[in-house]
Amino acid sequence: MSDVRTRALTGWGRTSPTTARVAAPRNPAEVHERLIGRTDRGVIARGLGRSYGDPAQNAGGTVIDMTGLDRVLDLDLERGLVTCQAGLSLHRLMELVLPFGWFVPVTPGTRHVTIGGAIGSDIHGKNHHADGAFAQHVERFELLQADGTVRQVSPESDPETFWATAGGMGLTGIVLSAVLRLIPVETAWMKVDVARCADLDDVMARMADGDASRRYSVAWLDCLATGASLGRSVLECGEHAALADLPARPARDPLRFRPRTLGGVPSALPGGLLGRHSIALFNETWYRKAPRRKDGHLKTIAGFFHPLDGVRDWNRMYGPAGFLQYQFVVPFGAERTLRRIVESISAAGAPSFLTVLKRFGPGDPGHLSFPIEGWTLALDFPAATPGLAALLDGFDRQVAEAGGRVYLAKDSRMAPDLVPHMYPRLAEFRQARSTLDPDGVFVSDLARRLAL
Amino acid sequence: MKNALGAPQSLLVLGGASDIALATARALIADRTRRVILAGRSPEALERAAEGLRAPGVTVETLEFDAADVDGHEKVLGEVYAAADIDCTLLAFGTLGDQAHDEAHPVDAARVAHVNYVGAVSAGLVAAAALRRQGHGSLVVLSSVAAERARRSNFVYGSSKAGLDAFAQGLGDALHGSGAQVLVVRPGFVHTKMTAGLPAAPLATTPEAVAEAVQRGLRTGAHTVWAPGALRYVMAGLRHLPRPVFRRLNI
Ligand SMILES: Cc1cc2nc3c(=O)[nH]c(=O)nc-3n(C[C@H](O)[C@H](O)[C@H](O)COP(=O)(O)OP(=O)(O)OC[C@H]3O[C@@H](n4cnc5c(N)ncnc54)[C@H](O)[C@@H]3O)c2cc1C
Ligand SMILES: NC(=O)c1ccc[n+]([C@@H]2O[C@H](COP(=O)([O-])OP(=O)(O)OC[C@H]3O[C@@H](n4cnc5c(N)ncnc54)[C@H](OP(=O)(O)O)[C@@H]3O)[C@@H](O)[C@H]2O)c1
Repeated sequence: MSDVRTRALTGWGRTSPTTARVAAPRNPAEVHERLIGRTDRGVIARGLGRSYGDPAQNAGGTVIDMTGLDRVLDLDLERGLVTCQAGLSLHRLMELVLPFGWFVPVTPGTRHVTIGGAIGSDIHGKNHHADGAFAQHVERFELLQADGTVRQVSPESDPETFWATAGGMGLTGIVLSAVLRLIPVETAWMKVDVARCADLDDVMARMADGDASRRYSVAWLDCLATGASLGRSVLECGEHAALADLPARPARDPLRFRPRTLGGVPSALPGGLLGRHSIALFNETWYRKAPRRKDGHLKTIAGFFHPLDGVRDWNRMYGPAGFLQYQFVVPFGAERTLRRIVESISAAGAPSFLTVLKRFGPGDPGHLSFPIEGWTLALDFPAATPGLAALLDGFDRQVAEAGGRVYLAKDSRMAPDLVPHMYPRLAEFRQARSTLDPDGVFVSDLARRLAL
Repeated sequence: MKNALGAPQSLLVLGGASDIALATARALIADRTRRVILAGRSPEALERAAEGLRAPGVTVETLEFDAADVDGHEKVLGEVYAAADIDCTLLAFGTLGDQAHDEAHPVDAARVAHVNYVGAVSAGLVAAAALRRQGHGSLVVLSSVAAERARRSNFVYGSSKAGLDAFAQGLGDALHGSGAQVLVVRPGFVHTKMTAGLPAAPLATTPEAVAEAVQRGLRTGAHTVWAPGALRYVMAGLRHLPRPVFRRLNI
């Protein structure tokens, strides 16, 4: 068991470290071995640890780091179907398939997530209103179950298991490999319209109007703006650029994909670089530097989808106290709740470095999939922000009352009692889980904390 | 599990009727704590305390536990930890003794040392083993400013707290990397049963203020907090006073 080390783990927010036996298998047989060799504190799979809180941690138990299973098993370039192991990152997958004119159907704000993590959280992208969440593009997957058997699962053959696993936060078993449907692209460029929006009403109206005709859209909010500028933002809508959209130079190598990463952030930053003032300054600059309106300008895929991936380990900028991400969705019709929350953040002066607003399309079939049709807002807060606990507890209640929910992949602090209200299909999920894993072999800190 | 802001969901109090502990329990219940176990000597006092904490959604159990009965600790506490994870263990038992009396009655003096130090060593080690197994959780130890430097006026108690404090620090180091935290709390004079009738010392504080310091320590993952915070600097000064000067200080 040379690949097993006892060590402390956190999520991307670097809060709540707990210690587990972390195994790093290289192949499915070794994953199986680690599953069998578990202790009574169970097992959870871990991808690249890009969840903000504790879903890929298992205090006192076993954590199976899946990133060693990163092979592509089959690639059908005719139909755009890729079969890969669950530890493969979307970054590597893009590097592989883009040159052939294919792209991933859904990408989050970072490329550094695994296929297993993408299924476990049933992640969404800027195209959710057009394309739904990740698992809708998964043809089937192989699931290593609690009893050690491997099952082929597709939405047709076994909808119960498929949709319990999609968004199931690793609690139904370990995805070993998956077959994913890619989307065709002519170039590795995005054609983007950028517009400054004066306030919250302005950005929401423009999104409501524009989303139907745009595949990708997202708005960056300045959450520290107050008064008449409350909710001022920069709206970005995009499409994959066609070959005809490219000027001569990029057109020579239209599918070139070479994202750059700047040097990382040093690990020992005493107070953190991101305090309230630097965050306010950043938000101001971000808004000012955006053109008042600019249509059809070209951005790289990395520049459009993954601006943060340009700085390695940017999460360290918050210093040792770490930070938390808060993402919720409220249904259309609950705009007042959204507005009230934006107002409270602005009034409290709680500094969020990156605040992202987006509209979701119809909800996904996963029992615990996050998206429902409505508005979703994502915020980052330094964990040391005074009064943060009470502020977010208040938001939880408002969100739940409005029929909305908080995203489990980003949560690190919610109370368990609101979860059944936010996720009405939790009972169905528990039923499926108890059939698949009657002894509760698969367990995580998140599952313990939220009594999933 | 503790959440990202250090709020525990379950709490075990050793010395369950302590005023400081109960103020802490109230503060934690106002946040995420929903399961509390009060362990101590007097079933009646514990039941009264439990009743005061109970609220919708909050379960409070009581448990017979004597810090002096070190032979029983592994069994009594072991069962609690085996039943379910404990996110926060608060080691609150302690006895002040009566310095003048104890100086004249070595057996009684030894009893103070036995509860405050020996009892804590054994209970602390049982807790530590459980936390190591869980891979998470905090052990909060109520030490005292008296642990910083033994004073003429209460060196029996002070020396027992000094032993406890040193033990807890070492235990914290031993648990480093295990996922567990040991938080040493050093209150000054706190208005509680223990100090009732005694003249208040400078910077005297309340159980609620100590509770707040504990919460701050849990949130930041600190290994030491003082209550009030200013005592850290006061004691940093007093610690290095020459012996004859310190001896004459009336504190
Ligand atoms: C900068 C940034 C931007 C982000 N933007 C978005 C966004 O736009 N949209 C969005 O939806 N999310 C977003 N996220 C969140 C991220 O996409 C998800 O948390 C994702 O699950 C992370 O994948 P991972 O491989 O790091 O998985 P981990 O964080 O390691 O694990 C996530 C969950 O998946 C489970 N899991 C991992 N591998 C497997 C497996 N092989 N089998 C079964 N279960 C498994 C784990 O048990 C855990 O519950 C963002 C995160 C960051 C850091
Ligand atoms: N008050 C202060 O000024 C002050 C200052 C610094 C540190 N502290 C420390 O803080 C802790 C809590 O004190 P407090 O101020 O809250 O006083 P308290 O209300 O008197 O609490 C002390 C508790 O310890 C319990 N206890 C004593 N001996 C025990 C034993 N053998 N087994 C189990 N429990 C036992 C007592 O229970 P019984 O009812 O059974 O005796 C009592 O509930 C103590 O460790 C104390 O030393 C207090």
